[in-house]
Amino acid sequence: MTPATTPLLSVERLTMRFGGLLAIDDLSLDVGARRITGVIGPNGAGKTTFFNCLTGFYKPTIGSVRLNHPRRGSMRLEELASHEVAHKAQVVRTFQNIRLFPQMTVLENLIVAQHNMLQSASRFSLAGLLGLPGYRRAERAAIDKAVGWLTRLQLIDKADSPAGALPYGMQRRIEIARALCVDPLLLCLDEPAAGLNPRESAELNVLLKHLAGDEGIAILLIEHDMSVVMNVSDHICVLNYGRKIAEGSPAEVQRDPNVIKAYLGEEDADDELAAGVRP
Amino acid sequence: MNTLVIAHHPASPAERLRDAAATALIALLLGIPMIGLTTVDQGGMLRVATRWPTLFAFVAICFAGRLLLRYGLDLLRARRLARDQAAAASVGRVVGSSAILTGIGWLALAVALLLPIAFSDNRYVVDTATTVLIYVMLGWGLNVVVGLAGLLDLGYVAFYAVGAYTYGLLSTQLGWGFWQSLPVAGAMAAAFGIILGWPTLRLRGDYLAIVTLGFGEIIRVILVNWTELSGGPNGITSIPRPSFFGLPFKPPGDAPTFASFFGLEYSPNQRLIFLYYLILGLALLTNVFVSRMRRLPVGRAWEAMREDEIACKAMGINARNVKLSAFALGAMLGGFAGVFFAARQGFISPESFTFNESAIILAIVVLGGMGSQLGVVLASLVLVLLPELGRDFAEYRMLLFGAAMILIMIWKPGGILAHREPTLRHLPQGGER
Repeated sequence: MTPATTPLLSVERLTMRFGGLLAIDDLSLDVGARRITGVIGPNGAGKTTFFNCLTGFYKPTIGSVRLNHPRRGSMRLEELASHEVAHKAQVVRTFQNIRLFPQMTVLENLIVAQHNMLQSASRFSLAGLLGLPGYRRAERAAIDKAVGWLTRLQLIDKADSPAGALPYGMQRRIEIARALCVDPLLLCLDEPAAGLNPRESAELNVLLKHLAGDEGIAILLIEHDMSVVMNVSDHICVLNYGRKIAEGSPAEVQRDPNVIKAYLGEEDADDELAAGVRP
Repeated sequence: MNTLVIAHHPASPAERLRDAAATALIALLLGIPMIGLTTVDQGGMLRVATRWPTLFAFVAICFAGRLLLRYGLDLLRARRLARDQAAAASVGRVVGSSAILTGIGWLALAVALLLPIAFSDNRYVVDTATTVLIYVMLGWGLNVVVGLAGLLDLGYVAFYAVGAYTYGLLSTQLGWGFWQSLPVAGAMAAAFGIILGWPTLRLRGDYLAIVTLGFGEIIRVILVNWTELSGGPNGITSIPRPSFFGLPFKPPGDAPTFASFFGLEYSPNQRLIFLYYLILGLALLTNVFVSRMRRLPVGRAWEAMREDEIACKAMGINARNVKLSAFALGAMLGGFAGVFFAARQGFISPESFTFNESAIILAIVVLGGMGSQLGVVLASLVLVLLPELGRDFAEYRMLLFGAAMILIMIWKPGGILAHREPTLRHLPQGGER
């Protein structure tokens, strides 16, 4: 079940090789606009490597990642540096092991995410140094946007606390709020539910549906928590040993024998999978 | 003789005893050849004698000393833990302390402004205060690179040298004045900052420190060897002193001087006091500049880069530009300080720009508390005044100096002022919950 219109992101025959290790093997995938696409797979399946290839942290060995930007036209993400992926292509990611700016306050974290807008408003810091009204307005707008997201994610009470001192679940939400401040077209979330309690996971489901449905942000979601993935995803892609072994709606994927085999294992299939042979 | 091992949990009495016993065993093993056995001269013959009582006394002292040391350290740590918990519990105290810091800052400024008036006859005091202020300015400059951007720079003195030599050459070769040379020397140092920054963009931490250390030495070695340009080890002499808007500080002569213009009696101290206010002005400008930069997008990006470079990239921040701007601005401020140094001394040579200087400036930043502006002032006072006060102790001076630094690092591992003030707040100060 692929979207009828041109997809927002199309990954074509992506391969990532580290020496002798084939981390991603010939992966093709379409991500639709305003949709949540789940990427699941056992540990070491290449999910995070896939994200690193999308967001410019790795250069794929072979293959292309094409983004159809509504205003800037078609872009090749694998040719951009990591900061350009976020700034120009508006593809923003979070990290599996949370990467906040721990000593800075929550609000500062969200303001740093709006660096490029503020930096051009400060005219290479000159207007900022002089405190010109244009820069002040831009800074006000940045704070308003940050406060807006903090309020919606119920973090506003902690706006002035150092981010590193807050509880784990809250840090996960801050990282999402910070990514949202970059104005993403596509938000890549790497295990956002890891370490969350059931209530927090349920809240995350609501948030993700709201972001895709109401804000129109496409979401690419790596997640092990099936209560999240199966609930929110419109489309799921299953990876195992760097290969796509199944793709489809949550119900289709859950029924797929290859997926069941990859997750639960089959006594005879184990060796074949370990050898990287498609069963 | 003992290595100081600090455990991360409070030790039980049994653990302390075991630890002390281990220390005593090491002392015994080392002590047998060093203390237990000795050679005595017996009519031209060397004979081995034993000194067991001394050895056992030595081992006993080690045992008791180690026991006491561990007990004392545990006591200290427990007290610090209790204090930290108390501080965390009362937010009001934190807010109060930042208000106190602002107060101390203004008080320090008032003292700095009044100092030459109070000590107008005392050359030594004004001169030492000028030296302190040079280090304050250098510390504030290096704070951009190390404290804010988190790039460990062990060769900062190179930019200080570039600034000093640029002024020295421009003034002696081309006859440029202090104020004309200042921006040029700053730009020159900034350019060198970028030259250093460019190839080291991918390096972090220890690796960056090694490269910057080498860079500092390269600049010094070039200055020593490029005799045609820099005068080699002889340096540059008779660099013109800065004048007061064209009025020189000289004994009365034909041309109007500072003293004759204002109808004052000439005194050599006038120039010293002028230099003092000049560096005070430069240092204050640096302070205002750096603290404003910190509140701008670049400054926040510097701090974010220190916290997590990968997250910065994921937020669309161009790490290269952010790092280079930190290197360039830090270098520029060092260059300004160098111009002042050359103008004050009237003579520069590579001797003044050794690694030792870099180490002292870095120590000022680290000791003051990374990123803290007031901390730099306090640390400069400690690091410049301590060797001065220690002059009476002659050869024990450096020992005192080292002991003081170790004590500060034990007492305040994050630096004298480790408190970080947010660059902006959602709720006004005190509203933190």
